[in-house]
Amino acid sequence: MTATEHRPAANLEQARADRVTPVWKGRRHILDLDDWSPGEIAQVMDTALTMKSILARPIKKTPTLRGKTIVTAFYESSTRTRISFEVAAKYLGADAVNMTASASSVSKGESLLDTVRTLQAIGADIVVMRHPQSGAPWVVSERVNSSIVNGGDGWHAHPTQALLDLFTIRERLGRVAGLKVTILGDVLHSRVARSDIWGLSLLGADVTVCGPPTLLPRDWVTDPGGLPWKLRVEERIEPALEGADVVMALRLQRERMHAGLIPSIREYCRLYALNADRLKLAKTDALVMHPGPMNEGVEISPDVAHGAQSVIEEQVTNGVAIRMALLYLLSGGTARPDGE
Amino acid sequence: MSVQPPTPHRRELMSADEIRRALSRMAHEIVEKNAGIEHVVLVGIRTRGVPIAKRIARLISEFEHNSVAVGGLDVTLYRDDHSRRVKLPAGPSDMPFDIEGQHVVLVDDVLYTGRSVRAAMDALRDYGRPRTIQLAVLIDRGHRELPIRADYVGKNIPTARSEVVEVKLLEVDGRDEVVIDKQSS
Repeated sequence: MTATEHRPAANLEQARADRVTPVWKGRRHILDLDDWSPGEIAQVMDTALTMKSILARPIKKTPTLRGKTIVTAFYESSTRTRISFEVAAKYLGADAVNMTASASSVSKGESLLDTVRTLQAIGADIVVMRHPQSGAPWVVSERVNSSIVNGGDGWHAHPTQALLDLFTIRERLGRVAGLKVTILGDVLHSRVARSDIWGLSLLGADVTVCGPPTLLPRDWVTDPGGLPWKLRVEERIEPALEGADVVMALRLQRERMHAGLIPSIREYCRLYALNADRLKLAKTDALVMHPGPMNEGVEISPDVAHGAQSVIEEQVTNGVAIRMALLYLLSGGTARPDGE
Repeated sequence: MSVQPPTPHRRELMSADEIRRALSRMAHEIVEKNAGIEHVVLVGIRTRGVPIAKRIARLISEFEHNSVAVGGLDVTLYRDDHSRRVKLPAGPSDMPFDIEGQHVVLVDDVLYTGRSVRAAMDALRDYGRPRTIQLAVLIDRGHRELPIRADYVGKNIPTARSEVVEVKLLEVDGRDEVVIDKQSS
């Protein structure tokens, strides 16, 4: 067993210092959380709280983004993120259009940049992009005028999922700072885990990641000083779960594994599956989270996934509220105080 | 809470007593126009419309010996100038009652262009279909950009567009007063 403490970088300390300043910096793109301040995250969560009240109404519709066009360009399959963005756009009165790579000119060989330039020429104000290559949204964001939202890129980042996870934790437990959050499973391939660690660390949570050594990023174990977060790495599940306020199971991403990283699914289940017995090691009211889609019976047992401590479905609902908040804040403009 | 001294450009339009008397009169007018308070609900437009609505409701309950429900409406998401304004924090609305078939009295501090009221009417429509929508404002300063007028007015104040009318309330600002600043724009 190895337990490694990673030191926080100076920029993280600074970010924590100005945690109280809730300022949306007028961002044009949402690419990752690594350059966000805690105040900005808090502002998105506060706005999402308002959006959630709209979701509770019989008529879930406001005219706020009327005239705006939001395109979801997904180069990887998705249920939650794509529909969540589409619904969020429609609830705010925008026009939402879906582009699926397999049914577009991408299948004829059109480049990523040309596709997004075409979407921009058609009138897309915001393009939500999911792409199997890490960094694809960055490349595009530097070359187009539309706002780009990263809906998940490769193994790298999934900022909107991280924001909805933070929102769910804060809503259920009242805070994020000081909580012990354990992230379990295939951390290596998880863009969700990376963005979650950024966000959780920025807001002052203590994060532990746990998984088989082959599914943990090698440098997290071998080069602890190189990371910007204070992170505990565990290879055994029992010490990782002990006293946790939040347990987040990750999907075993077999489609991204090009070599035998685990001996067998059965062995993985025996050692790392989150089941009812193991959950007892965490606090009695610990939240159970999962970004979905779940392999029930692999990384999480069905009784835990649908048990009393599970907030997995709530994460999906909160995802709509967070995405409404982001679309609202992204579609900003210049000052015109009118005194009323 | 520090009180700004009067200057040649800044003067008091209403004192705390005048505000109290104006709200008292408006409360009576609401009861009279609606022949009582059955089916009447007050909905304050955030921010300062809410405490004003609560004060009017308190006054009504004092002389009618019956309570009137009060809600709060945030209209930020219903503004028609969303992309041209500073991003205001969109706050939650608080509508703990059904407005279907009710006489809804919208309450705000200042009536100016009418765009906030229009946004409030749009927002109300998403909560149901009121029997009537009435409007109560503490200050009507003119310069309407939409065909909207108030049913109950605390004070009419002719202003220039360059002037700023500030309503200060105990609940929000720590004191009650209405001031006009002629220098600001």
